[in-house]
Amino acid sequence: MAVDRLLPTTEAYDLLDLVREIAAEQLAPRAAVDEASATFPRDVFRLLGEAGLLSLPFDEEDGGGGQPYEVYLQMLEEIATAWVSVGVDVSVHSLASLAMSVHGTDEQRMRWLPSMLGGDQLGAYALSEPQAGSDVAAIATRAVRDGDEYVVTGTKAWVSHGPHADFMLLFARTGDDPRGGLSAFHIPIGAGGLEPGAGSLSFGAPERKMGMTASTTSLVMFDDARIPADHRLGDEGDGMRIALSALDSGRLGIAACATGLAQAALDQAVGYASQRRQFGRPIAEFEGLQFMLADMAAAVETARSQYVYAGRLRDAGRPFSRQASIAKLTASDAAMRVTTDAVQVLGGYGYTRDFPAERYMREAKVTQIFEGTNQIQRLVIARDLLRQSGL
Amino acid sequence: MKIVVCVKFAPDSTAPRKFSSDDTVDRVSVDGILSELDENAVEEALKIRESAASDAEVVVLTMGPEQARTAITKTLQMGADAGVHVVDDAIHGSDSIASSRVLAAALERTGFDLAVCGMASTDGGMSVVPAMLAERLGVPQLTMASEVKVDGTAVTIRRDGEVATETVEATMPLVLSVTDAANEPRYPSFKGIMAAKKKPVEELTLGDLGVDAGEVGSAAAWTTVESIEERPARTAGTIVTDDGTGADQLVAFLAERKFV
Repeated sequence: MAVDRLLPTTEAYDLLDLVREIAAEQLAPRAAVDEASATFPRDVFRLLGEAGLLSLPFDEEDGGGGQPYEVYLQMLEEIATAWVSVGVDVSVHSLASLAMSVHGTDEQRMRWLPSMLGGDQLGAYALSEPQAGSDVAAIATRAVRDGDEYVVTGTKAWVSHGPHADFMLLFARTGDDPRGGLSAFHIPIGAGGLEPGAGSLSFGAPERKMGMTASTTSLVMFDDARIPADHRLGDEGDGMRIALSALDSGRLGIAACATGLAQAALDQAVGYASQRRQFGRPIAEFEGLQFMLADMAAAVETARSQYVYAGRLRDAGRPFSRQASIAKLTASDAAMRVTTDAVQVLGGYGYTRDFPAERYMREAKVTQIFEGTNQIQRLVIARDLLRQSGL
Repeated sequence: MKIVVCVKFAPDSTAPRKFSSDDTVDRVSVDGILSELDENAVEEALKIRESAASDAEVVVLTMGPEQARTAITKTLQMGADAGVHVVDDAIHGSDSIASSRVLAAALERTGFDLAVCGMASTDGGMSVVPAMLAERLGVPQLTMASEVKVDGTAVTIRRDGEVATETVEATMPLVLSVTDAANEPRYPSFKGIMAAKKKPVEELTLGDLGVDAGEVGSAAAWTTVESIEERPARTAGTIVTDDGTGADQLVAFLAERKFV
């Protein structure tokens, strides 16, 4: 069922029409098949790029769509409702491009942003490592200065669509200080950049995940990879600040995707309950089931309200870190609960792979884990509360 | 080169069809869209413009109520350069003959080297307007093209028929209609959406075109819809239980309805 959205401009409504058309015709029909075969739909990202949907929240002078986060996030939710893996990968691409947009020098922005946002390129985000997940300061990948270059060695983990990426935002250690020793680098991949398979850059086998299998997740290994020094974003030691500022925005993206996924599960549950007859009538006529559907709808709309609100704070230039964490926490928990309930509404059929409900449930789980576990989100929220009370 | 694409604002063919109290298709209270088959006409026009040796312009022409503007907007978002919208209350209820009268007058006014149409509308589905336009305008018609080649002012099409494939050629100005096999219509892009806002759309009345209101509309139509009855819902059908005679029962069922 189409979500009734409040958007700030007429062009945002036109954009919504375009996103819905592409989602219905190009994403939804393929999702189940590509998820089952773990096929990364690179062509879908080309199509989204051509339509301008990979650059919506970036400045127009950089080649972006100049759309507020409030609009970008709602488009992302629409994409995720049709196919959440694609939504998450769009969010990751935005995250990978954001640091260049915010922290790049004028020269760096002019040099790289137009192609990064031009639509044919896809960006990956390499922060986590096998031993450095929530504990970002435990990053061990090193970037050692050697003349006009850095020599990078180390292993990055959980990199979304790494093997399919055209560029990567890499965080590596340039100093020993756990937090102050991190730096960020723009890594072009392929022609004119690091060549995969040449020895200095390689990828692990795709992780055998529970869900979102169409989105390839893998290790990325750097072995004496030489990165020109002018590819560093910000100063040496700015890495942690850059990573954390991008994560706030990334969390909003994940909140929007989780909301979209929950919406898809709700739509399926309502549709099924209206059709499925037991005891001589549609099961949707039973109050016990109606209450379930009502709770599911309440969870979805609460999640949506929260991320839209946080997005509006961001658009207004106000602090939004706490609200982004609340949005991520609320939306991912809602996705888990709503998708689980959708399986319940579909009963035995919900437990089979013939209906998407069980896939939604598997997909929902990771939204509570990535882009900061929900336990980390609670830490962010609590610290912000206590900072404001002077603790 | 001036390419004018004639498009129709039609009820969404995936939504339930509704009729007005005068037995015409309801185009006002239902969700209308650019008739899907006209997207192929727009795409072909854009491709011809993109491969043209000299400057080419794509103008999109429609007739219909105020809401029909959304069909023009969609084509402008896809990349058309300008729109012409004939809006006049007298047009309501026009048949194909009257529609071709209005569109031909508009084409004469705008001028054209190539008038491009889709293979049929998704509501009326008559496929006759392109031929009528060519007749009224006194130009050649190349209809139902599944492939189009333009070389200067010469246009060659492939026309896939049931018994033969024809190659037909004509010289501009001419009327061209393309099938849904001719191309894959592009999606609008966000840049296209933004650019569409600045593109001109001219609104014309019958008076602007020199068409008398008496020539068009329900009163002038050559046919009248006497009544409309909604088709009854599908019945449950017959379930054949195979007790060893299943095949015989199926044959009997089909034979009874003269399918075999």
